[in-house]
Amino acid sequence: MQVNEKEFKPTIVAFCCNWCSYAGADLAGTNRLNYPADVKIIRVPCSCRVNPMFILRAFQRGADGVIMCGCHPGDCHYTTGNYYARRRMTLLFSMLDYLGIERERTRVEWVSAAEGAKFAATMNEFVETVTKLGENKRLEDLRCKEK
Amino acid sequence: MQRIGVFVCWCGSNIAATVDVEAVSEALKSEPGVVFSTNYQYMCSEAGQNMIKDAIKEHNLTGVVICSCSPRMHEATFRKTVQGAGINPYMVEIANIREQCSWIHKDKQTGTEKAIILGKAAIAKVHLNAPLTAGESPVVKRALVIGGGIAGIQTALDIAEAGFDVDIVETKPTIGGKMTQIDKTFPTLDCAACILTPKMVDCAQNEKIHIYSYSEVTAVKGFVGNFTVSIKKKARYVDTTKCTGCGVCTEKCPVKNVPNEFNLGMNNRRAIYIPFAQAVPKVATIDADYCNMLKNGKCGVCSKVCTAGAIDYKQQDEIIEEKYGAIVAATGFNPIKLDNFDEFAYSQSKDVITSLEFERLTNAAGPTSGQLLRPSDGKHPHTIVFVQCVGSRDTSGCGKPYCSKICCMYTAKHAMLTREKYPDTDVYVFYIDVRTPGKNFDEFYRRAVEDYNVHYIKGMVGKVAPRADGTLDVQASDLISNEQLHISADLVVLAAAIEPDKSARPLATMLTASMDTNDFFTEAHAKLRPVESPTAGVFLSGTCQGPKDIPETVSQASAAAAKVIGLLCKDKLTCNPCVAHSDEMLCNGCSSCEKVCPYGAITYSDKEFRMPDRTTAIRRVAAVNEAVCQGCGACTVACPSGAMDLKGFSNKQIMAEVDAICK
Amino acid sequence: MSKVTKEQVLRSSGVNVLKCMRCGKCSATCPSYDEMEYHPHQFVYMVEKGDLEPLLNSDSIYKCLSCYACVERCPRGVEPAKVVEGIRNAVLRQSGMNHIKAENIPDMLDEDLPQQAIVSAFRKYKR
Repeated sequence: MQVNEKEFKPTIVAFCCNWCSYAGADLAGTNRLNYPADVKIIRVPCSCRVNPMFILRAFQRGADGVIMCGCHPGDCHYTTGNYYARRRMTLLFSMLDYLGIERERTRVEWVSAAEGAKFAATMNEFVETVTKLGENKRLEDLRCKEK
Repeated sequence: MQRIGVFVCWCGSNIAATVDVEAVSEALKSEPGVVFSTNYQYMCSEAGQNMIKDAIKEHNLTGVVICSCSPRMHEATFRKTVQGAGINPYMVEIANIREQCSWIHKDKQTGTEKAIILGKAAIAKVHLNAPLTAGESPVVKRALVIGGGIAGIQTALDIAEAGFDVDIVETKPTIGGKMTQIDKTFPTLDCAACILTPKMVDCAQNEKIHIYSYSEVTAVKGFVGNFTVSIKKKARYVDTTKCTGCGVCTEKCPVKNVPNEFNLGMNNRRAIYIPFAQAVPKVATIDADYCNMLKNGKCGVCSKVCTAGAIDYKQQDEIIEEKYGAIVAATGFNPIKLDNFDEFAYSQSKDVITSLEFERLTNAAGPTSGQLLRPSDGKHPHTIVFVQCVGSRDTSGCGKPYCSKICCMYTAKHAMLTREKYPDTDVYVFYIDVRTPGKNFDEFYRRAVEDYNVHYIKGMVGKVAPRADGTLDVQASDLISNEQLHISADLVVLAAAIEPDKSARPLATMLTASMDTNDFFTEAHAKLRPVESPTAGVFLSGTCQGPKDIPETVSQASAAAAKVIGLLCKDKLTCNPCVAHSDEMLCNGCSSCEKVCPYGAITYSDKEFRMPDRTTAIRRVAAVNEAVCQGCGACTVACPSGAMDLKGFSNKQIMAEVDAICK
Repeated sequence: MSKVTKEQVLRSSGVNVLKCMRCGKCSATCPSYDEMEYHPHQFVYMVEKGDLEPLLNSDSIYKCLSCYACVERCPRGVEPAKVVEGIRNAVLRQSGMNHIKAENIPDMLDEDLPQQAIVSAFRKYKR
């Protein structure tokens, strides 16, 4: 059994599209479905707005996991945005994997506005996975680490 | 530096129960740029809103952060509030500490910590907010309907009824579309011409409606409210203003062997022709492929017999440009070609016909004057076999994967009418499923079975083989009695699948409207916005959106008209200000953004730039049309040079949020 | 003798019987329909139900000409002839007659026959 002085709390950034996933997150709240407070949501108009730079930046600044949520394929408010996002993330994640950031620390999930329960379940599972992996140190900018 | 005010809402006990609101407002007070921070029971209440307004004035705030419920709930409310106090509505950011914090965390310390971080992220974003102004664009109060079938006619009539000008562009010499070729209409069996031709005449007589017949759309520029459309008026070699439609030329023309497309080639017309008696506009057209005068300059009979002097062999195609506020696609359908279905012997036997050909054979204006006669020998057929789903529900690649929707009903109609008119005829219908989900539809089908004794057989025809004696051997399976049947038929009628008209695909490209894999136009939302294209200002009417019968087509046509009227009623359109913006100095002209834009909002043009060394250079740069951009941001990520950014969700703003969360 | 399972037949035939929409065009087009106790559409349906015994014991599996008319004309791409072949193979394998020696094949080739028919016929008549 591992005994930690202080329990490890991961920092997790979630990008949610305004039309489906952000509304799905709101629904999880309305239904009082618990998920860890480690997840902080950033609202974007569409999953295709998520620039790979944002995700690199998050890891650089010490995020332990990044998840991107969008509308289900075919349901995008902007018709095709989530298809672009899916392709971009596939490439980015495989590159991050190559750099040594475990594949489990990144994820794309489709959550509709009606899937509050799925949102909460996904977050619970993702936080658990990332917590098991522990702190992410691979991509931290050492210059930011002065204190 | 912004002067930011932070307002933390308790939402009664909804937030206050699991988030220490006092601690949140206290903690956020020390954030850079925050000059005022407070909390209150209900920020969205009148008193709460006044509190915000007072604080803006008192502390000279330039930005506002509200820690409250979801922005989907009250963002609009608070934007209005700050606008009332004189600052730009887009200088507000909401930290969602209810749905995404207090309601999901039971522990007060956890909730409070997270609320503070969410507040900090919002503050970090507000620092980079810039005042945004919603643009406005004028609306041209004129609509274009592309396609003059029953869908286009109904849409045009409804728009004209509301007092707006509307133009119909139809590729054929007359409006009316497929419905003109149909004899009777289910489930009431009223005659198609009797209900359609008055509407065609209404179109011609309505002074708000202008019909461009024998014309096509060749280019579309612009955007919602402000389209510029090029329309090619094909040369018909007849002056439509002079032609009276008397028809003498069509009787005197010596070229008699032109297949008559109105009767699907089952009889002939002349080289100069009026498609049918009730054509609108009722003017003659010369078929340049057959006219001797146009081909080799020898003839000129029509010109000699025309007392109105309307014949003009020198007429040229003419392209006109017109401006429209809204465009309706109503391009309709065609039955598929049956080349892939050799087993039904369609190309081998004249007595194997399609259902549309059957309509012409039973129509009084058809090649047989309404007598149901075999095309091969002109005799009455005594055994008729109808085959359903020919090319529909076909995933093998020979046909179409979808259900064509109308065949079950029109086949029941054909079977019933045949039995009514010729009771000595045996009528068999081979079906896979009989689909009759419409008002009075199933009753209609049952009448065919119960009152008219049409033999409905569950099964499919496998093969049709012409015999030496002129009959057709129809080999089919009867799945209920589990036997293989051989029927000796005189006539076989194939219910061919329907497909979107070929003109739809190039039109969709011109309109930047999206299509599905079957070339049907896609609607903006399958359930809630069924008559709009995702492209703003483009509307869908009739079968160009999916297979439909006449009642449904007319409903959708009127619905599309209502949407057009709603648009044309507005003098100006307010645009969403959170749109993409290209920095011309950074743009390298690569077109990546243009390719990913689902709305065609990005255009490239050559622009002259003054360079640092006082020379000028011409560079190709992108520009975003703010009236068309919907603000998805796909282009911002595609742009390799970082020139493209999204207002309200800029790279820097999102990055600042990321930083605040990861700190 | 081990029991022939539905999964075994589906795997060896490579057919997804769930694609069938029960139009019966396979049986409508079948030239040896009258010879067969069970018809092509029944093969597809009975395999889907897992009702294999009657098929395994029926002469119908040898009456199928493997002409592939049903495969050609099926609007859903189900390939009923392959289901029949799948059942036939299962029977032959049970009776230990699975093997064709590779060196024997050239002698059996007939220029006028499609290769599929040679293979099918060989399996059928080597009972």
